[in-house]
Amino acid sequence: MRHGRLPLILSFLLPPLAVYGIFVLSPYLQAFQISTTDWLGYSAQADQVGLANFRTLLHDGYVWNALKNNAILLAVVPVVTIALGLFFASMLTMGGRKGRAGVTGVRGTSVYRLVYFFPQVLSVVIIALLWKEIYSPTSGLLNGALRAVGLAEPPAWLGDPRFAFWCVLAVMVWSNVGFYVVLFGAAMQAIPRDIYEAVLLDGASRATMLRKITIPLLWDTIQVAWIYLAIAALDGFILVQLMTNGGPNFSSDVIGLRMYDTSFGSENKFGYASAIGVAMFFLTLSVAVLALRTARRDRIEYS
Amino acid sequence: MNRREILRRSAAAGLLATPAAGLLTGCATSGGDDKGDAGAYKGTKSEQNPLGVKEDAPLEVVIFNGGFGEDYAKAHEAMYKERYPKAEIKHSATQEISKTLQPRFVDGSPPDVVNNSGAGQIDFNGLVSQNALADLSDLLAAPSLDAPGKTVKDTLLPGTVEVGSYDGKFLVLNYTYTVYGIWHSTKLFADRGWTYAKTWDEHIALCRQIKAAGIAPWTYAGLHPRYMSWPLISTAIKLGGPSVALAIDNLEPNAWKSDAMKTAADAWYQIVKDKFILAGSPGLDHKQSQTAWCQGKAAFISCGSWLESEQKDVTPAGFNMTVAPTPSLGSGDKLPFEAIRGTAGEPFMVPAKAKNTAGGLEYFRTMLSRKGAQDFTKKVASLPVVAGATDGVELPFGLATVVKALDASGSNGFNWVYNNYYRKLERNLVDAACGEFFSGRISPAEFLDQCQKGADSIAQDTSVKKYKRAA
Repeated sequence: MRHGRLPLILSFLLPPLAVYGIFVLSPYLQAFQISTTDWLGYSAQADQVGLANFRTLLHDGYVWNALKNNAILLAVVPVVTIALGLFFASMLTMGGRKGRAGVTGVRGTSVYRLVYFFPQVLSVVIIALLWKEIYSPTSGLLNGALRAVGLAEPPAWLGDPRFAFWCVLAVMVWSNVGFYVVLFGAAMQAIPRDIYEAVLLDGASRATMLRKITIPLLWDTIQVAWIYLAIAALDGFILVQLMTNGGPNFSSDVIGLRMYDTSFGSENKFGYASAIGVAMFFLTLSVAVLALRTARRDRIEYS
Repeated sequence: MNRREILRRSAAAGLLATPAAGLLTGCATSGGDDKGDAGAYKGTKSEQNPLGVKEDAPLEVVIFNGGFGEDYAKAHEAMYKERYPKAEIKHSATQEISKTLQPRFVDGSPPDVVNNSGAGQIDFNGLVSQNALADLSDLLAAPSLDAPGKTVKDTLLPGTVEVGSYDGKFLVLNYTYTVYGIWHSTKLFADRGWTYAKTWDEHIALCRQIKAAGIAPWTYAGLHPRYMSWPLISTAIKLGGPSVALAIDNLEPNAWKSDAMKTAADAWYQIVKDKFILAGSPGLDHKQSQTAWCQGKAAFISCGSWLESEQKDVTPAGFNMTVAPTPSLGSGDKLPFEAIRGTAGEPFMVPAKAKNTAGGLEYFRTMLSRKGAQDFTKKVASLPVVAGATDGVELPFGLATVVKALDASGSNGFNWVYNNYYRKLERNLVDAACGEFFSGRISPAEFLDQCQKGADSIAQDTSVKKYKRAA
């Protein structure tokens, strides 16, 4: 290495690393330490309590209830989002009927792509408030439409424990799909056209094409999407907090909200909240590792 | 802006954007040494300066920027400055009291005056148990600024000191006087020829009449259903006397399942059973339900006296909102119909580790002066806890009915404080139970069971400090 380059590299590398260390790593480490105390957050006084917080955690029905909801999110959100994303993306890149030999998208592809991507442009807070109004039982768009088609007493959506959680889940999928449409679409563009043309000549249907060609060739991208969505599903905090705040009767609670509520909400047990945070950390980590392991396949390279 | 500044700012932005997990811990172990009294500002006490304010000591005030805004506080600060021209006043306003100030409490450098209010309020139980609040009893004993011959305590409305006291120590100054009751539009009632019912049977009959007229008798904030616990508990207290509330506040075993609570819950179940509640209410938040009420979709709503200013923008002209006490259950009631829940709210506090605690107390004395209180009433159309502060001030319609209801209630007024002692019990647990009850999913007995279970879980939680009140 030439001598002049080292200082340059260091000056570019060190500040971001320092920022990362101070603002990301050190809070993580502190969270571990705080989770073993009974710190209440508004004085420097904190006594070591060992693993007592984690023992409480094991018997905390509200935490388990929240975890159950996160598990449902984890099972449903990635699958539905990726399926919808793949479907829309393939329609946009190869759904067109015009010119039987060629592989094109449906008419108006660029418009659709823009429309699908729209939720991604909005901040999550705006999405939450928007949908809160849509779900509003008296003046909301959804119930307005239901009344228009003759339903006399449409449900109270966010106010009904049977629906509230699923309403939030739907918004989560809605707000995520657009991004994956664009992501998968871009990856599909990279698949050589001649492969498609070859299978088309062999008489493959669109469904076969998607299953046998597109998905295998997109596997890397799908895997990334999977991990990302799995982590998002373990969070869900912003949407839930703004739309239902975990209610009614804790039916839409998630673990992130439990942590927030324990520290900044109805109590300020920062020690216990940190214990929840630490548990969340390991959960997210294991989910990410599991997703990586189970989704591992040989990579296909185009030559 | 040079590069270092860019870095510094982006680091700060990154800190702001760090999710809750990061915020939880970001400042936890910084600072932390108990610096004791070192560096605190102290002046000499005199007749003019009974609290011992150092006249050139800076004063930092943090205001909750909610329904009342921050202008009233700026006016109070100007009054303080008038008396201490050398003092420099640092004013700031935020909606997130807890998140903004938490690091400063830990660091031992909190502001001198904090208006701890709003959804981002710091839980008082935690603050008190960590000895984070300064004792305000010197303030009570100090002479009032402009009521000759009276101490500050003499000028306060009854209940103000009790509500701000923990284990007998006065720690929190609640500045506004809030009345909780059932609201209706006098205009709507006059147009339809309805009169507010004084007994529960009449109330149910009236609800039937209202429903027949095509209006929903009731609506409520389904996403914050604890609003409905207020009239229900009030009904029970009026039936069984203030001891009902005392038992609940002191977390006595089966306090929620007392006979009075049972009778009250059974009575209120009628409006659920007979579908007197606006369809869809369980899915409305407080603003949405209040707006539906203002639009005349429902006749009654339960709320505190902040309702009028909260609904200012959407209330039609001539709506004439009126507060009324909960109907009496019958002649066996221990308290008369007029008895209403009134309590001091909008908490202000001086952190124990504030540099200028004397200045903080003196600032409260300014707020509680006749001049300060009247200015507040004029600016935000609410009642301060200073007796007679509204004399000679023209009040908006709703607030005038609040004053009238308070006068009628007189010494029969009642209150409870379990929501101050154990924030979680009301905000989470009773709230969830109310949601189930008022949407008709559980019976009155199950409702009281769920509340009692919540209270028991708090009682058994050794990490929560318990408070008792005597009467």
